[in-house]
Amino acid sequence: MDSVILQARGLTRHFGGLRAVDGVDFDLKAGEIHALIGPNGAGKTTFVSLLSGRIPVQSGSIALGGEDITALPAHARVRKGIAYTFQITSVYPRLSVYDNVALAVPPEAGELRPAVMAALSRVGLADRAEQIAGTLSYGHQRLLELGMGLALRPRVLILDEPTQGLASGEVAGFAALVRSLVPETTVLLIEHNMELVMDLAQRITVLNFGQVLATGTPAEIRANRAVQAAYLGDDDAAA
Amino acid sequence: MKAKDTKIWIAHLAVLAALGVLLAVLPAYHATNLARILTLAVFATGYNLAFGYTGLLSLGHALFFAAGVYGAALPVTYWGLSPLPAIALGCLAGGGLATLVGLLALRTAGVSFMIVTLMFAQAGYLTLLYFGQITGGDEGLVMPDATALIPGLSPDTARAVIAFTLFAIALLVSLIVIRSRLGRVMVAMRENEERSRMLGYNPFTVKLSALVLSGLFAGAAGAGYALLFGYAGASFATIQYSILPMLYVLMGGAGTTLGPLLGTAAMFYLVDGAARITTATLLVVGVALVLLILFAPKGILGTLRERGARWIP
Amino acid sequence: MSFGPFLLLAVMESLVTAATLALTAVGLSLVFGTMRVVNVAHGEFFMLGAVLAWFVTVSVGGPEWVGFVAALALAPLGVAAVATLADRVVLKRLNYEPEATIVATIGLLYILQQAALTFYGPEARPVEPPFNFRIQFPWFGYSGYKLFVIFAAVAVLLAVWWGLTRSKAGLIMRATQVDRDTARAFGINVDRVYAGVFALGAALAAIAAVLIVPIQQAHYLMGGEPLLLAFITVIVGGLGSLRGTVIAALVIGLSDGLIAFFYSPTLAKILATLLVALVLVFRPQGLFGAKA
Repeated sequence: MDSVILQARGLTRHFGGLRAVDGVDFDLKAGEIHALIGPNGAGKTTFVSLLSGRIPVQSGSIALGGEDITALPAHARVRKGIAYTFQITSVYPRLSVYDNVALAVPPEAGELRPAVMAALSRVGLADRAEQIAGTLSYGHQRLLELGMGLALRPRVLILDEPTQGLASGEVAGFAALVRSLVPETTVLLIEHNMELVMDLAQRITVLNFGQVLATGTPAEIRANRAVQAAYLGDDDAAA
Repeated sequence: MKAKDTKIWIAHLAVLAALGVLLAVLPAYHATNLARILTLAVFATGYNLAFGYTGLLSLGHALFFAAGVYGAALPVTYWGLSPLPAIALGCLAGGGLATLVGLLALRTAGVSFMIVTLMFAQAGYLTLLYFGQITGGDEGLVMPDATALIPGLSPDTARAVIAFTLFAIALLVSLIVIRSRLGRVMVAMRENEERSRMLGYNPFTVKLSALVLSGLFAGAAGAGYALLFGYAGASFATIQYSILPMLYVLMGGAGTTLGPLLGTAAMFYLVDGAARITTATLLVVGVALVLLILFAPKGILGTLRERGARWIP
Repeated sequence: MSFGPFLLLAVMESLVTAATLALTAVGLSLVFGTMRVVNVAHGEFFMLGAVLAWFVTVSVGGPEWVGFVAALALAPLGVAAVATLADRVVLKRLNYEPEATIVATIGLLYILQQAALTFYGPEARPVEPPFNFRIQFPWFGYSGYKLFVIFAAVAVLLAVWWGLTRSKAGLIMRATQVDRDTARAFGINVDRVYAGVFALGAALAAIAAVLIVPIQQAHYLMGGEPLLLAFITVIVGGLGSLRGTVIAALVIGLSDGLIAFFYSPTLAKILATLLVALVLVFRPQGLFGAKA
């Protein structure tokens, strides 16, 4: 077990004088739910943007299943199996729910309709297939976003703050859904809801000022002094 | 789904059949007008693939149209090529230039894309002027008329047959494209490019494909226009010929298959009607543009679709 | 005439082009910089300035300089009024959405062109220069009026620059340019700023036109050329950068004039348009603009 599916070494991205991501080494093990946490501005979103290719790296390397993908553009990485769901919901508001998911189904997936409906059933939107996406409630748009991620049939699914703005009842359903994805899919999750993180994640990486502060199981992270210091020194400690 | 597909195909074939009947029964003057409209509608249908479906607002399509005009006219005039292969050449010339322009211009987006395409078209126009001894420049070249288009047919009939065939191919190809995977991805690029990129689609290749297709249509239309009406001139590369297809598409409904035809016909008769009462035909074009963008940016068919006729493709 | 004086003459002719180009282009650049509107009708504002100048000089009568001074005052005002109207009736309703405003200003271009054709006619008409004296160089005589055009353009540009950097109106404009919503939150009347900027941009084109009509004649199709050159200038200078625009106007005015003087003007224009396209593709911040 424990084979590494996604590996980053010395990943660096500076914006002017700001070291958003500064020499990060990171291993994502196949089949795990791995959470990425850290105070606001710690570089979490920049880091996953480097992994998904939305932002080009300045130095360092990224490998997916042993293959170097550092130079690949974002769309090619998606085809290799890295899916990214947006922090701010980004669906096609003027297209139907069905068409949104249909666009995500890879060309080689065979019959389109069963693939779309399977993804929609998984996120519980099958009965809304013909609705225009822009008219869905916010919670349903987040589910659609996830459904599009699933339809891509990714090896690694990156979820950027998926529960932001969801009601507490919706969060529980969401957690169950994410748990059902592994081990076929590996999940990398950015999340502020600590309760959810401790409950869902098998391993946690803490970023602070663009660097890795600690990596470990939820219990290890909870006991880590440096992590406590970073969080207590930040308004986020309570959150 | 299947029933809906059949309905759409029947609707389009019915439009084509009606056009065919009109061409056959209308008196010569009106049939020639209709041939002109159909040829320009090929241009607009191609423009619609880029602008209406993919969201690429080009101000340089005159270049692809003129490439078609001269791609057909030069071999016919200087080497005596027969008209039908000349149309194919013109079509390829339009697509070829669209590929070149796209490779460069698609590195930009939005307003920059509009200006870059405008500049390339302007450079093309000036180049036609620069080689005025060959191209005829602003005065143009007068070519043997449609009499020689199809042996055995009268010029009017030949014109009608060619215009109809070009338009029928353009409409059906456009319908097939927009109902294909490529077509759906084109719309996805228009609606949300970043999302589409993160679904694994290369924005550059998708937009380039749309632009090249659009260029092929423009080239075919230019070639047809030159041959059917026996004239090629540098004026076909002026900005006005980039504005016209945009106007037709805006009028008929961007992102609808039949909108370009409807818009072309509506503008043609609007300008034609205005020309009977006033010489101020430019005013009609200007006012139509301003009113459309202000009050009906979705055009005729786009507004109908919004008001409930959701099946309009 | 030997090469040296010939070159001097070419440079002086080019400076006239550069001076009026700088005025026109700064107008276009102000509008783009503040409102993010690409005004395709800018060349028609130029044409309108020239045509109005002709109407004013013809109806004023008296010595040439009286008519010219009246034209210099009234034509830009008239053009500014048309621009304000266009802003209020069309651009504002489109919420200054960049692509829609381009389509709308293309429509405006046709409307203005047609209006000029209908009311002014297809003829090209000259406007008398306000004074006629020639400066005698050892090799050739040169029109004193052309030198005046250069100085007048420089004076107007300095006034604009002073207004933008030193006056309160300039400050408000720059604040709006940075962020229109924040400006609105600080109580700035953004609608008025936009209307004002659009009018000012159009007036600058009109001033350039009034200055140029005694040299070139007024004609309803004269707007295309300055529009194209102004576009080139603004893009090469860096979209929205005024200093870059002025430098670019100088470079382009000189090179366009010089190349045209020695070679074919068509070839010069082909190269210039291709240059613009390539600058936008590979160096969108302009040749003289700082990186955004």
